[in-house]
Order: sequence, then structure tokens, then C-alpha cells
Amino acid sequence: MSRHPTGGIVRGGGPGTVALRVVLFAVLGVFCLYYLVPLFVMISTSVKSLEEIRNGTFLSWPRAITFDAWDKAWSGACVGVRCDGLQPYVWNSVMMAVPAVFLSTTLGALNGYALTKWRFRGADIIFALILFGAFIPFQVILLPMARTLGVMGLAGTVPGLILVHTVYGLAFTTLFFRNFFIGVSDGIVQAAKVDGAGFFGIFFRIVLPMSLPAIVVTVIWQFTQIWNDFLFGVSFTVGDSNPVTVALNNVVNTSTGVKEYNVDMAAAIIAGLPTLFVYVVAGAYFVRGLSAGAIKG
Amino acid sequence: MTSIGQRIERRLPLIVVSPLFALSLFFVYGFIAWTIYISFTKSGVMPVYTLNGLAQYDRLWATPRWYVALRNLFIFSGLFISISMAIGILLAILLDQRVRAEGVIRTIYLYPMALSFIVTGTVWKWILNPGLGIERLMRQAGFEGFTFDWLVNSDYAIYTVVIAAVWQSSGYAMALFLAGLRSVDDEILKAAAIDGAGPLRVYTRIVLPSLHPVFLSTIIILAHLAIKSFDLVIALTGGGPGYATDMPATFMYAFAFQRSELGVAAASAVMMLMTVSAIIVPYLYSELRGARK
Amino acid sequence: MAAGIRLDKIRKSFGGTDVIKGIDLEIEPGEFVVLVGPSGCGKSTLLNLIAGLETATSGEISIGGHMVNTTPPRDRDIAMVFQSYALYPTKTVRGNITFGMQTRRIPKADQEAALQEFSTLLQIEHLLERKPGQLSGGQRQRVAMGRALVRQPAVFLFDEPLSNLDAKLRIEMRTEIKKLHQRLGKTVVYVTHDQIEAMTLASRIAVMDNGHIRQFADPATIYENPVDMFVAGFMGSPPMNMIPGRLQRDGGLYMVPDGAPAGLRFPLAETESADLDMPDGHKVVLGLRPETIFAAGSELPGPARFAFDLPVDVVEPTGPDTMIVFQINGQDLIARVRPADAQPAGSLFRFEVDMAKAKLFDAATGRRLQSGQPPKIPQA
Repeated sequence: MSRHPTGGIVRGGGPGTVALRVVLFAVLGVFCLYYLVPLFVMISTSVKSLEEIRNGTFLSWPRAITFDAWDKAWSGACVGVRCDGLQPYVWNSVMMAVPAVFLSTTLGALNGYALTKWRFRGADIIFALILFGAFIPFQVILLPMARTLGVMGLAGTVPGLILVHTVYGLAFTTLFFRNFFIGVSDGIVQAAKVDGAGFFGIFFRIVLPMSLPAIVVTVIWQFTQIWNDFLFGVSFTVGDSNPVTVALNNVVNTSTGVKEYNVDMAAAIIAGLPTLFVYVVAGAYFVRGLSAGAIKG
Repeated sequence: MTSIGQRIERRLPLIVVSPLFALSLFFVYGFIAWTIYISFTKSGVMPVYTLNGLAQYDRLWATPRWYVALRNLFIFSGLFISISMAIGILLAILLDQRVRAEGVIRTIYLYPMALSFIVTGTVWKWILNPGLGIERLMRQAGFEGFTFDWLVNSDYAIYTVVIAAVWQSSGYAMALFLAGLRSVDDEILKAAAIDGAGPLRVYTRIVLPSLHPVFLSTIIILAHLAIKSFDLVIALTGGGPGYATDMPATFMYAFAFQRSELGVAAASAVMMLMTVSAIIVPYLYSELRGARK
Repeated sequence: MAAGIRLDKIRKSFGGTDVIKGIDLEIEPGEFVVLVGPSGCGKSTLLNLIAGLETATSGEISIGGHMVNTTPPRDRDIAMVFQSYALYPTKTVRGNITFGMQTRRIPKADQEAALQEFSTLLQIEHLLERKPGQLSGGQRQRVAMGRALVRQPAVFLFDEPLSNLDAKLRIEMRTEIKKLHQRLGKTVVYVTHDQIEAMTLASRIAVMDNGHIRQFADPATIYENPVDMFVAGFMGSPPMNMIPGRLQRDGGLYMVPDGAPAGLRFPLAETESADLDMPDGHKVVLGLRPETIFAAGSELPGPARFAFDLPVDVVEPTGPDTMIVFQINGQDLIARVRPADAQPAGSLFRFEVDMAKAKLFDAATGRRLQSGQPPKIPQA
């Protein structure tokens, strides 16, 4: 979008236009500050000493930079009774997110492909029923899920969380891939059929290589959702198997001892860094994922 | 002449979709049915399967805490949706004015959306901290009598949740509206310029009216976020002070996992499901029907 | 009241790429000027510059004698019809047509009168309360015209207005536009890539290529007297046959096509290029319009006829005429013959050419070669 097609329209010039332009940038700038200040506060607080925090304000620039809080957040802060920092929980989140993202994306791609390119009777209804699953309030499945995980022996485990995220991520991934495949010409699939390729042949050799953008969007979306999840984590895991979001909340809300804001902030950054990194690296795809939530994309 | 292989091949799409669909049927609709069923039983600490009519709903609607949760949901979603939309539209229109640094600014506006609500809650909890946050800042700036204790004030705590949620999600509304603005046909904007419409008129009379699908989907998405909001409340206020910032989502969680009132929890979950369905089902129906045309 | 338009050394570049490379153009009041050329030649950009939808990089634009370079579109006394029609989707037909008058605060009664007049003229009175989404392509086209007409500007600008219509409707609307122009007498600048549209509508045609105007003249001149190979090749359907070859002096002046069968050479003695002073072997291109090649003996005898025999490659009947495709040196050439004279593919066919209508071009420069005239510089 480098060239604005309507950008060349001749406008009446004059001081009014310049003034409007100044106001425009002022407003945009104020909002930049609004969104950035919390990030600044997080980072600056995390490198201050507790002493400095108690004497200054949250906006003041750090005077003596120290990484003690980071060190403690990573490997020393107490989550409940265990004082190993966030480190083991970050590992839990990775162990949970990677397989869950992979499974839900793969199955969603297969689903979307079968539902759009091999339209069989009832495909629309099946899609509508699957799609609804993306919008239910998850409170309505918490109780039976907890019991089912118990029956399966997965209660309070990382594999249990993988199952939960895969099952409930499937609705979204199916939606993403369906929307993408609808835009792929049916002619390509017909041509491949005439060339003698079958269901899986077409999927792996024709359709999947074309879907790289959809795969990237879906992987980013699923990773963000699963990494940032709190509800499933807090409902279905205990202590050692907590994902990092739950651990962060426990660190922050520990009522014992002195309140260490710098450690809280360092922990918050650690928990937020992976998704923030993905966003900065692949921002455009992230935005596409967000607007794909509006069904048609 | 059809071999068994060909017959399997022909059914393959159905064979692939069926197990996934079955999974969805079991984990979504089966579970919903179970929850609904439990809401009509006497279940307390453990699920009981003898029907007990509407007793749990009676209990739910007799619980003052449920009313607090509903009132909070009402206040929160009203403010959250309208403020996020207003900021989103404003920023989208401003960014649409051939701004050189658009890419950077857009990135800044949208990054909070990548964060977990727990992270958002943690940082805003610190900024809004009555002792050390904004209050201290203003007092050091010379406003000695300044107090800002919304976070621990039962009457105002819910508004702190709004503040944090708007910070996190208004960029999202901006992105949706900006995409909408960009999808308007250039020739329509040129026609408007020739018709003599100034920028304000172009937006209010031509562009925004044509974006009603974007308005609708943004409202739906934000409403959906609002009704499901759980993490942010837990991280920011923990539902407190007391249960002053309880929402249906936290109410349900508290009754299910802390107070072990499965029946009431199930009843509240069913109420949430009905609310969401009332919004989502007509929306999905019209979207899917429109897509098929 | 129609206004003239004057473009003086207009240039436009987008981020360093020149799209319009110095154009001078003088359009008389009431004229119907068509800008025609292949896609990417700059014709739409030129129209947008006149409209004020793009800002010229340098040069001057005047409408009705006033310099308008810095005048916003609304104050240029113009109206425009777009390729996509650009109707406001949320407004009714009435709202679409009156919007421009509303922004100009024209009294309600006058708006209503103008609306009635032009909706009757365009036969869209019964559609006034509908939304664009409920209209057919042809109806949208009419509404877009109504929106332009109703303000009664001095200049109408059309940007490929018919290209989204099906073939039949396109011809109908073409006639309608011409009628409207004859009736209203306003200046029209009309962009199209369709050379038939250009020929049928224009009082003068500007043939554009690569940011330049190659030739600006009335349709007959453009067709009969193209200044160069580009104009000659662009106008006409099927296009003019372009046969590359060399000059030969052998008693008289001849043109020998490259790779021609032995003995095939076109005599130039009775063409406009008979007295060229180019040397023997000079590379040229012979331009023959399909209608100047016909079956031998099928037309009344004329002074400059030349006949030759070549096999028929493909026969393409179109109804009124039949196209016979034949080859010289592997290049497809087209003759337009009467259906009764056509012969099946493979048979040897005797063609006759009216050399009086043949054009000769310099292969190196593309310029037309005429006797006694100094090599012409493409006219701006």
C-alpha cells in the first residue's frame, strides 16, 4: 500500500490544511504514548531496585540498572511453595504450545480442505456446527472437561492441556483454512483429479504448498491463543504442570513477604516475550489472523 | 467397474472429516449437553444425575453475587465496546490520511493484542496501584490531595478493568476499521471528490455508512471478548475487592472450582451460553448464508 | 456552455517513474475527444490530471481559459463517469444523483427539477428509490451518467465507462452517449482502450503510447493517414498487416518481403511512396489493411492493383466478410474477402492488393515514408 490511489487529489491548500496536519500528528502521537507507556513502565520497573521503586514514581527513568529482578523472576521467584522462578513453567508452556499448535493446524487444514474442495452432502451443516464451537463461552465445557481428563488419567498434566487446546482450537483453524481454500480455484483441484491425483495426493502435492500464507496465519494465531491462555491452564493443571500465564499470576498474587514489583514486571515480560516476538516478526500475518476472526476475513 | 480402493477413495473426504466432526460433537455439544443436564440436578461437590427441576436456577438468581456479576458485565461490555469502537474508528480514520510512518504507528497501536490478559492485568495493576502508581505520580507532580484508588474501591474497581481492556483491544478495533476503510473502492472516493465532498462529509456520508458489516463484526467480536473476559479480572483485581468486580466468567469459575457448587456453576455457564448464542447464532447464520450467495 | 481544455507540457511521475512525459493538447469547446491507447500508456492518468484527481508534476492545465493546476476537483466545473461507476453503495439512486448538488448547497427545488429532467432523459425515473446493489449493470451505468449530467458542468470526463458492460449493451450505450453529446454540446474527454469506441465516438482522437501522444486528429485521418506504425497498427480490427522487407530498385521501386517466395515483390510505383530517395536494400515495413487485400477480380479494376498467389492457411468467416489468413515468411497475414470468394484451407488463392492504399514505414524509426516529404517528426 505504498501508493495511495486517492493521494494525488488536488486539495485547496492554505494554513488550515497545515494546522489540521499538526493536529493529526499530535493525536496520533498521544495515542502512541498511551499504548507505549505500559511497555515502558514494565521494562523500566523491571530494572530498578525495590528501593528506587519505593522512592520514585512508576514513570521515572531508572537510575541504577540492575538485572537482579530478572534473575529472580527467571529462577528464584516463588510460585506457591516452589521457588524456582518462571523457568520450569515457560518450559511447560513450550511443551504444551508446540504440539497443540501443530496438531490443531494440521487437522484444521485437512478439515478445511475436505469441507471446501470435496463438497459432500451436509458439508455446510458440519462446518456451521464446528464453527459454533469457536464462539462458545468455555465455561460451559469446563466441568465435563475436568471430569473427562480425570477419567483419561490426564488431569493436571501437560498432555491433557494439549488435548484441550487441540480440540477447541480446531474450530478456529478449520475456519481459517476454509476461508483460504474458498479463494482457491476449484479448477485446480478438478485439473489434479483429471491428472489422476487422489484426495491426499492433491492435498499434499497441490493444495498444501499453495497454503503457506494460511498456514503462517493459523500457526501465529494458534500460538498466540494457546500461549496466552489462562482459563484452561488454571482449570486443568495443578502446581508443577502450570503454564507460564498461571505461574505469572501466582507470582504476582503471592500474598506472603514483601511485594516485589520489579520481579513482577520482569516475570510479566518473560511471559509476554514469545508472543510479542512473534508479533514484531510477523505482524502482517498477525493482523490477518485477527481479521479472519471476522469470518470472511 | 469400481474396485474397493476406488470406493474408499470416493468416501475419503467423509472418512477424514467424520472423526474430527465426532470429536467436535463430543467435546462441544456432548459437553454442553452434560452441563445443561447438570444444571437441572442437585449436584453440589460431586455431580448427581437425578433431575431436580429449576432449583439450581432459582438458587442462581437468588444469589446477590450473580447480580453483581451481571451488572458488572453490563457496565463493562457497554463501556468496553463503545470506547474501543470510538478509539478504533478515530485512529483508523487518522491513519488513513496518508501518514508516512503508518506501519510503525500501526504496530504500536496493535501490539497489546499480542499480550496475554494476565500480562496486561499485571502491568495495569502496578500502574493503577493506589500507593505507588498514578496517585504517587500526581502527588509528586504537586497535586498533594490527589487520590486514585479505583483499584481497591468496590464502586470503581470495575472501571479499572475497562481501562486495561480498552488498552489491550482498541488497537484491534482500529485494525478492523482500517482494513474496512482501505476496502472502499478508490473510484468512489474520487467520485466524491468531484461531487465536492470534503473529508468530513466523505467519511460521515459515504465511507462509514458503507462499513456497516465492519461495525457489526467488530461489535460482535468485542462483545464476545467481553462476555468471555476472565483472565483480565483475575489478574487485575482477582474479582475483588470482595466480589465487586466479579463477572459471569469468574462467578462460574469460583462456584465450580472454589466453592464446589457444581449445579449453580453449571446453571451460570448455561446462562452465559444462551447470551453468547443469542448474539452469535444469528450472526453466523447471516454470514454463512451471505457467503453462499 | 462548454469550455475548452489546454494542456501545456504536462508531466506526471509516480515515485520517479514518468507516466506522462510532456504532453501538449488543445481541446476546443464542445469537442468530443477520445484518448485511446494500450493499457499503461497514461491515458487514465491524463484524464485524472484534468479532473484534479492527480496533481501534475509540472506543466499547466487550463479549463475554460483558467489555469486550474491547484484548483480542487469540485471547483473545476467538471463531472466524471468512472469505469466501476463508483456509485455510493448506501445511497439510493436519488441520493447518488443529488449528492453533488447537496454539497454545493443548490436549492432543493432546483435539485428536484434537475433530477426530474435528467432521470427522464436517461429513463431511470422508476429507479430513483433503489440502491445501486439492486440495479443491473446497464442501469448503474445510466445512474452514473445521470450523476454526471445533472450538475451541467462545462466538461465531461469519461474513464472507460463502457468496459464493464456486455457487448450488446456497450453498443447501445455508445450510441446513447453520442446522442447526449450532440444534444448537450458539452466538451467531452473520453478514455478507452477500445479503438472501435474511439472511432465511432470521437470528433478527434488522441492516440497515446508510453506517456506521449502519437497523433491527435479526426478519426478518418487517424485511420487513413497514420503518422507511424504504432498508430497504424493500433487502429483497425483486424489490425493492419505489417510486412517487413527491403526496398529494391529494378526499373521501378519495389518492396521485397523478407523470406518471400521467389518473385513476390510489391510494386511501389503507384503508391504515395513512389519517389523515395532511400538507397536500395533500406529496411522498410509495408502496411496493408485487410480490406485492401481481396480476391483477384472481385472488385472493379483500379490503377494500382497487384496480384499474387499464395496458399490459404485458415478461413475465418465473420458473416458479412470472410477473413483469409495466409503467410509470408511464417508471419500470419489477413485478407478480407467476400464470403462467396473464400476457398478452403490449403488451396492456392489469387490475392489482389490495392497498392494505392498501402502505407510504407521505416523499419528503424517506425515513421511513415511518403515521397517528397521530409521525414516527419511525430506530431504532438
